Amino acid sequence: MIDSGPARTHWSRRLLDATELDTRMLGMVGALAVIWIGFDLASGGVFLTPRNLWNLSVQTASIAVMATGMVLVIVTRHIDLSVGSVLGFLGMIMGVLQAELLPQWLGYDHGLTWILALSAGVLLGIAIGGLQGYIIAYLGVPAFIVTLGGLLAWRGAAWWVTSGRTVAPMDSTFRLLGGGTAGSIGAMATWLVAGVVCLIVLATLANGRRQRRRFGFPLRPLWAEWVLAILGCGLSIGVAAVANAYPWPKRVAERYAEAQGMAVPEGGLVIAHGLAIPVLVALAVGVAMTFLATRTRFGRYVFAIGGNPEAADLAGIDTRWVRMRIFMLMGVLCGIAAAISTARLNAATNAQGSLDELYVIAAAVIGGTSLAGGVGTIAGAMLGALVMQSLQSGMVLMGLDTPLQNIVVGVVLVLAVWLDTLYRRRTG
Amino acid sequence: MTGTPLVEMRDVSIAFGGIHAVEGASVDLFPGEVVALVGHNGAGKSTLIKILSGAYRRDAGQIRIDGAPARIDNPRQAKDYGIETIYQTLALADNVDAAANLFLGRELRTRWGTLDDVAMEAACREVMGRLNPNFRRFKEPVVSLSGGQRQSVAIARAIHFNARILIMDEPTAALGPQETAQVADLIKQLKNEGIGIFLISHDIHDVFDLSDRVSVMKNGRIVGTGRTRDLTPDEVLGMIILGRCPPAATPGPGALSEAV
Repeated sequence: MIDSGPARTHWSRRLLDATELDTRMLGMVGALAVIWIGFDLASGGVFLTPRNLWNLSVQTASIAVMATGMVLVIVTRHIDLSVGSVLGFLGMIMGVLQAELLPQWLGYDHGLTWILALSAGVLLGIAIGGLQGYIIAYLGVPAFIVTLGGLLAWRGAAWWVTSGRTVAPMDSTFRLLGGGTAGSIGAMATWLVAGVVCLIVLATLANGRRQRRRFGFPLRPLWAEWVLAILGCGLSIGVAAVANAYPWPKRVAERYAEAQGMAVPEGGLVIAHGLAIPVLVALAVGVAMTFLATRTRFGRYVFAIGGNPEAADLAGIDTRWVRMRIFMLMGVLCGIAAAISTARLNAATNAQGSLDELYVIAAAVIGGTSLAGGVGTIAGAMLGALVMQSLQSGMVLMGLDTPLQNIVVGVVLVLAVWLDTLYRRRTG
Repeated sequence: MTGTPLVEMRDVSIAFGGIHAVEGASVDLFPGEVVALVGHNGAGKSTLIKILSGAYRRDAGQIRIDGAPARIDNPRQAKDYGIETIYQTLALADNVDAAANLFLGRELRTRWGTLDDVAMEAACREVMGRLNPNFRRFKEPVVSLSGGQRQSVAIARAIHFNARILIMDEPTAALGPQETAQVADLIKQLKNEGIGIFLISHDIHDVFDLSDRVSVMKNGRIVGTGRTRDLTPDEVLGMIILGRCPPAATPGPGALSEAV
């Protein structure tokens, strides 16, 4: 850190105090900015293009979805090593259902296929998570061991479904979950989403202020509220602008115009991608999980158990049931992530999701989830997922070999946790 | 003492892997009374009290509340009977704030079923204002609070829900002299409100200052129970160390049989 003089420190400290922004979250945004700008310079301006950022957002979606659940797992001092294998198994089941079993009854591309396949995957995810969670919570086998067993068992199960054969293609509606030109919502809807997000940001700030006034709690200064409002709205409009700045490939747009009987205007047809559906799914999961973690009893108990399991027990919380539900939730999220990655690949393979557990755990930990338990945020983990994916995608862009990529990711993970330890020791 | 006791524990036993932590213990507690439970480390005081607070399930014996047999299998059921406990370890969830700890397991909720944090903070500010008017750190996780502040959160949690029976396990172990005096005042105040208090303490002065009756335990059994004012500190020490029950106290199963 560079010391920027007393006057400046004073000013920034006041800003942070007044807005109650989390400094370690800001640190992560800073790290992300460094990574992005670094790769952009190193790759000659290819990284920070709408096209690459859009792809990055789609690639992050599946890991980000699972990372939100891993936060709760790690907060309660557990670990889940099986998520990658569970994703592989659930992806395989969903793939076989929609490509081979359901068409026998419904015919190809039936409207119900995608929803049946997705529900089956999610329900099976609950069952798998419930089984692992039961063994962990009620039979008392350490999560590390149970999910290490799961890592092997579910990967084996994924192979078993088709004896290792890859299943393709996926149902055309299901495929929208994976993004691509069809799986994006277009410019208009993207602006609409951004507008709604802005309204929600403003409403949340106003409501928070009203509540605090009602009970006579100290209020944030008005200018700080405006800073937060401008940041929140600016971010959502910025994301929308980037997504809308990435047009469909020329050929695809022309073919689309032909099919619709539209005339192609001079200078070529420009159709914006807008936000990809998997990204919207991931954001929705993030919002839902944040709500669960911070606004419900279940979330409160998760953090209480993480902070002091004995105290939670003595307070009359059914800690075992809470623990089991966390793993069931993780199963649901694996199902959603499996749907995203299967749809994106347009195929189910038995190797899908290999090493994902490490990326998911890394995302949660880089995002500030403490392995000692009790501390972590959903937003941090999703940002962590974006950091991990940015690193990987940047290295691919630079043409680094896979082994070297793994080395870098491994080093970064250890480094990030070390920095976090230092941070906690200083602020602790 | 006359009337129906608030709490009656009869012949309560519990064993952990063949070790009889509590064996045939009987104690009772009347409204507005402070009963001190004393004994060596490992004498079984905390275990006996954890049976009453629902943390352990007894192997044998009966618990009666207001004269009626009570079913206490977990902490939640104990709380339903108005039994609140302040544990030696304070048993706070370290990483959530004072209000979250105050309502842990009994959160206030909005009509949407979500946590009503604002209402909980308001209630917390009110009860903490009575207990510890200098307390300001409502937004911080309790792990960052001082020993005395943590103690007041634990006490607030016990008294906020209109406890009728209060169990205090070494309530002053982590406190300085001034805070200890505050706890003593609080005990007297709660006693006047008609709350029955089980006080576990190592400090013989606390026992004589605060309690109406004293029960002594040794090796998991009750040595004897007597009115504090009928006993001398030396007699109580004799009960603790030797298990010898003086004439002013009613002997229990753990009393040394006086072979004459």
